[in-house]
Amino acid sequence: MTTHQHPTEPVLELVDVTRIHGRGATAVHALRGVSLAVSAGELVAVMGPSGSGKSTLLNVAGGLDSVTTGAVRVEGVDLATLSRADLAAVRRRAAGYVFQDLNLIPTLTALENVALPLELDGRRRSHHQARSALDDVGVGDLANRYPDEMSGGQQQRVAIARALVGDRRLVLADEPTGALDSETGEAVLALLRRRVDAGAAGVLVTHEQRHAAWADRVVFLRDGAIVDTAEYDGTADAASALR
Amino acid sequence: MGVRHGLLALLDEGPAYGYQLKASFEERTGGTWPLNIGQVYTTLARAERDGLVTQEDADDEGRVVYELTAGGRAEVARWFDEPVRRDVAPRDELTIKLALAVTAPGVDVGALVQRQRSETMRTLQSLTRLKVDAADARDEGDTAWLLVLERLIFDAEAEARWLDHVEARLRRAADTARAGTPGAAHDSDSDSDSDSDSDSDSDSDAVTEAARTERGTAR
Repeated sequence: MTTHQHPTEPVLELVDVTRIHGRGATAVHALRGVSLAVSAGELVAVMGPSGSGKSTLLNVAGGLDSVTTGAVRVEGVDLATLSRADLAAVRRRAAGYVFQDLNLIPTLTALENVALPLELDGRRRSHHQARSALDDVGVGDLANRYPDEMSGGQQQRVAIARALVGDRRLVLADEPTGALDSETGEAVLALLRRRVDAGAAGVLVTHEQRHAAWADRVVFLRDGAIVDTAEYDGTADAASALR
Repeated sequence: MGVRHGLLALLDEGPAYGYQLKASFEERTGGTWPLNIGQVYTTLARAERDGLVTQEDADDEGRVVYELTAGGRAEVARWFDEPVRRDVAPRDELTIKLALAVTAPGVDVGALVQRQRSETMRTLQSLTRLKVDAADARDEGDTAWLLVLERLIFDAEAEARWLDHVEARLRRAADTARAGTPGAAHDSDSDSDSDSDSDSDSDSDAVTEAARTERGTAR
């Protein structure tokens, strides 16, 4: 499988995506015509009440769920055109997930957890790359610890390292700070922001306004549709923030 | 009031003239509340009238230096000792606007709430970047500025949470109203904020309808 990535092409692109669960009278329209493009260096937050389609959006973006109509492209590849095996390969090579908890495999060390997607892909020097990914998130010294020997914040750092290890550029985060105290959650968000600034594309599902505010764009979902977008306009002086 | 006591607190650290006070006040609060010099002198004149400060002789360059009196020192101590009392119902434009919107005919409350939510989010985005910059800088006086910023972040967050709450409440009211209508097949016992996927109405319609319903029942 090859990618057809053009430098200016978005890392993730959703084009008029609809997802309907079930059919007939009980059909649930989880997503209704959602279009969204996320480029390298961009963090997009998704907000909305429970049931508004946030998690479905993240699942179709990562190829964990398929669309009913419309298209999802990751690094320029339309996920619908891929075989099951190729789709699994895209998930390993292009996109990484960070969840609220249960991110790491308890019987593997931090280093082994981060190296896992590379090893599943048969890549060489996986431990070398994993080590560098751990260094990038500031927990290189915890490489040989097991998850239960780390704090929640440290585990989330490792999860972000795993999401972006190797040449993966898309991180999909579903309430990554949900299980953390506010200060640790803030630090995890700051880290996610830095990794995105370093060239990744990020989608962050959160119900915390304070966390969504780290994003370049915040899209508001209601009943499976994007009803509004708040875009950071680049005027970060106190007077404009206060109007 | 904040500015008056802020200036008195600065004078408690030593005599100063107007421009010095203006500069110190702005520096110590991160430039969040710029003062004009006229306001500084008006405030000092009132404090002098109230016996809290006195004018010393002008310095070599003809600038009038102010000094705290014993009464002024006591006032600063009292200010730091006592909690700030909140107005019972602070006059807040957004609160007034929403209160009127839910009772005024023809206002799309749902759309109003969403527009405000985006605006509040943009404010939060700006404040968050200022906070990152402030945390990177680590200069003298940054702690004060960081605390001011975080207060503004908490305020904006509270506003956004209140907007979520307003929307959820109006939605519930709309759902209840619809369930009460003969022939309406709608699940009204859900007290969560979960979206009703079989609901074909847009949010803003539902919210506006709820506002009308509440208005109707209030009469």
